[in-house]
Amino acid sequence: MSELSQPLVDLNSYAFSGRQSAEVDDLSTLSAESKRELRMVGVDVDAASDRAGTFLQFDHSTVHCNSSRKGVEVLGIKQALRKYDGLPEYFWKGMDPDKDDFTRTAKQEELHGGYFIRTEKGAKVDEPVQTCLFIKGQNVGQNIHNIVVVEEDSEVHIITGCATSHGVTSALHLGISEFYIKKGGKLTFTMVHNWGEEVMVRPRTVGVVEEGGVLQNNYVLLKKVKSVQSYPTIYLNGPGAVARFNSVIVTPAGSHVDTGNRIVMNAPNTRGEIVSRTITTGGTIVARGEIIGDAVPARGHLECKGLILGGGVIHAIPELQGRKPGVELSHEAAVGKIAQEEIEYLMARGLDEDEATSTIVRGFLNVEIMGLPQELRDSIDQTIAELNAGNAM
Amino acid sequence: MLQIENLHVTIGDREVLKGIHLNIEEGETFILFGPNGSGKTTLLMTIMGFAGYTVTSGRIIFKGVDITAMPTYERARLGIGMSFQRPPTIHGLKTRHLVSMCARGREVDVDCMAKGVNFDAFLDRDINAGFSGGEIKRSELLQLMAQNPNLILFDEPESGVDLENMALIGTTARALLDGATNPSPDACMRDLRRRRKTSGLIITHTGHILDYVNADRGQVMYNGVLCCDTRPIRPRDILDHISKFGYKECIRCLN
Ligand SMILES: Nc1ncnc2c1ncn2[C@@H]1O[C@H](COP(=O)(O)OP(=O)(O)OP(=O)(O)O)[C@@H](O)[C@H]1O
Ligand SMILES: [Mg+2]
Repeated sequence: MSELSQPLVDLNSYAFSGRQSAEVDDLSTLSAESKRELRMVGVDVDAASDRAGTFLQFDHSTVHCNSSRKGVEVLGIKQALRKYDGLPEYFWKGMDPDKDDFTRTAKQEELHGGYFIRTEKGAKVDEPVQTCLFIKGQNVGQNIHNIVVVEEDSEVHIITGCATSHGVTSALHLGISEFYIKKGGKLTFTMVHNWGEEVMVRPRTVGVVEEGGVLQNNYVLLKKVKSVQSYPTIYLNGPGAVARFNSVIVTPAGSHVDTGNRIVMNAPNTRGEIVSRTITTGGTIVARGEIIGDAVPARGHLECKGLILGGGVIHAIPELQGRKPGVELSHEAAVGKIAQEEIEYLMARGLDEDEATSTIVRGFLNVEIMGLPQELRDSIDQTIAELNAGNAM
Repeated sequence: MLQIENLHVTIGDREVLKGIHLNIEEGETFILFGPNGSGKTTLLMTIMGFAGYTVTSGRIIFKGVDITAMPTYERARLGIGMSFQRPPTIHGLKTRHLVSMCARGREVDVDCMAKGVNFDAFLDRDINAGFSGGEIKRSELLQLMAQNPNLILFDEPESGVDLENMALIGTTARALLDGATNPSPDACMRDLRRRRKTSGLIITHTGHILDYVNADRGQVMYNGVLCCDTRPIRPRDILDHISKFGYKECIRCLN
């Protein structure tokens, strides 16, 4: 098998039923271990009062769901389907169930949960809503459907952490996510992955942004995972809509990550930006990106930068598609190594080689610009430091 | 403070330094002149211990320690600081963060120090990203202030610097070296002044820096060796001599 070919998912080797968990009303009752694992992916249950809402899914059950601020509703997807008569405007509306085997499977298999988050028109939700899709059992197949609706002129930041608990090496996560950003709405969506070493991950995400709406999407994956394959697509359907993607990906040996973002600019004055920073220390990264300009004026920029530290493969595939005269699309791609000159500069200031390397790597990954809460930044910082201590570089 | 004995250095397979002898005392500032390509920068890079500068014979002693084979960061921790001429940009590394790392755990007031070199507006920019020539100089000085070295290596402090900035850079360099600068309202400058004297090794073509720092001695590097080392010569006199007769006089003196 070549490094570039993607591990195949055998749907029959995962259990899609039988892993029910009891509801957790009081988050403080979670074990210290679980709390730590949740914190690693940006979900701090002890800081729940600083969050506008918290949603937890364990295996096949939604175990906690609450919104503590006005202006934002956080429901389990099944509850939302019941409450809103099947969510006819949203459920499987952005996403085509026939897109591929995984969307078909997601449609056919029992739905295990996921969240429905909706802001009220005009609401500016200051604190993030934190959500976690957690796999606690070996060989669990998890089938999730998330829907986010950002009503007109409202704003919200959603953090979604996806993780497996300690000891779970193998699992399959299927997650359908549909984002609907109405006129003047703004969604900041941060996803942090921290999977077990043999876990297969097949998220399918689609978003529609109306006039003047903004999607700021952050994705962080720093730990070993067997295979992630995803290619979220965002349609900028209203004039002045903006989408920005920022991804930070690290693959140790044995990880295969094939991921990217697609932005389709269907309306005038739209802007799309895709920035990915990837590091391999032995694994494979296929860093994709595509911007399609189908209206004018429209501007898109794609930036894929990769570092190979020690070993591994980075395959950057930036694509641009202009469909109208006047679109302005550009891309920048680079795959390389840490410049010796930069290491020496820092060493001349007294940093040893490890300190210099991790300082440069931290700057390269530039997680700062994502504007994440402190605890999440700390946990990412720690992961980057460990990456270096492991001497993968 | 620094003793260099019969130092031979090759870059690739070319010998660039061909037997350098140099002594810099504690608190002494030494000025290095010499035509382009004579090996001045090479000497600084070798003292700092960068890859690519191979010492084929000779020794470098700093504070009594033989540092000839020491890694760069240990030399820095031992007290050698260098101002880079063309430092690399490090994306995502804020100037403020680098300056505080230079202090290696010592308590420093980065904002106050930055004000002293009129660099406070740059603290939240990525280090060296789009910095102009004069801005690079101020950034390097700021890092050195935080680093607080005992020997400062300064390669052409005046290159690419306008007159106003030259005064700022000159006085800051002097404050770093001996603390007897013009009074500055900033507490951190006072703090600098309390230190014991620092040694300096400064490369200059124009000599503008001599208007600011108390330079004790100087020599001319010519084709990988230092000339006029029989007796101490004031840097000013060397400069006057070079401007009158050019560097060719040095060849004569060497023979
Ligand atoms: N990395 C390198 N590879 C090859 N040759 C080099 C390298 N660095 C320096 N040299 C050569 O070594 C010699 C000395 O260079 P150096 O930079 O030390 O001169 P300098 O005295 O600082 O000159 P200037 O006044 O122009 O700055 C030059 O001939 C230069 O071309
Ligand atoms: Mg030079």
